Amino acid sequence: MGKHWWKALAVIILVYVIIAGFTIEIPIIGTNGQSSRGLFFHVPMWICMYTMFTISVVNSLLYLSKYDLRRDAYASAAASVGVFYGILGFATGTLWATYTWGGSFTRDPKQMLTAVALMIYMAYLVLRLSIPDIDKRARISAVFNIFAFALLIPLTYIIPRMVDSLHPGSATTPGFASSDTDNHMKWVLYPAFLGWTLLSVWIYTLLVRYKKLELKNIFK
Amino acid sequence: MINKAFSFCCTCMLLLISLFANAQENQNQNTETGPVNELFRSNGKIYVIVGVLLIIFIGIVIFLIALDRKISKLEQREKN
Repeated sequence: MGKHWWKALAVIILVYVIIAGFTIEIPIIGTNGQSSRGLFFHVPMWICMYTMFTISVVNSLLYLSKYDLRRDAYASAAASVGVFYGILGFATGTLWATYTWGGSFTRDPKQMLTAVALMIYMAYLVLRLSIPDIDKRARISAVFNIFAFALLIPLTYIIPRMVDSLHPGSATTPGFASSDTDNHMKWVLYPAFLGWTLLSVWIYTLLVRYKKLELKNIFK
Repeated sequence: MINKAFSFCCTCMLLLISLFANAQENQNQNTETGPVNELFRSNGKIYVIVGVLLIIFIGIVIFLIALDRKISKLEQREKN
């Protein structure tokens, strides 16, 4: 059991997040109403996505330094889990926007540029499918992954902060910061980040182990 | 050892689910107000939704644990 304590921790934290996320007192502001509770579920999806893409790019860099195919398996597994969480984050954000911004897919820069960034990562996954040679696939996709990560940060974080947007964290709208988030919400939000991230790491390790089994002849 | 611990975890979760199932049953019978019944009827019935989400989440977790164990078994078989 010693090896699995963090999985149990993730489950306990998330059970707490689900119960507390729906039942604590939150400030009711403007068109948001009770939908501010989405903060506990929408934002952690992006935290998971960033975690996974960071794991992915680090493993791609390590692959390019030593050409160890294990690193390629780690990088591709992390990227696919990251895309999965990105789609979840995008879908939850779109649903939320439908009822607070008055449109599912608005002219919001953060929404559009996040869609672009996700497309780039989907291209990474498609690119991998298109190259049958395993070494060539690993090298080309590792290089692509580094460019994708280099684009991810400005597209989803820097540019949306420079222009106007309805999304919190833009030039005109305050984002999640110590000054503008209710203290009650922080008691759920920070555990939510940790819990969802641990869950994504769990899913990632499962995928890695599956890939290792699949490619066992190459790794021996 | 690990297998035993996992079965223990699974059993606990199944028990938890049946607990929720009981809570729902009480509500359907619409009989006297127990503490759970009151809880599930209070505050715009938000606790019902909390229960629904917990059941889904615990279901997903059980699925992940099962997957984890299956992969562990395959890894063991590969080693031997």
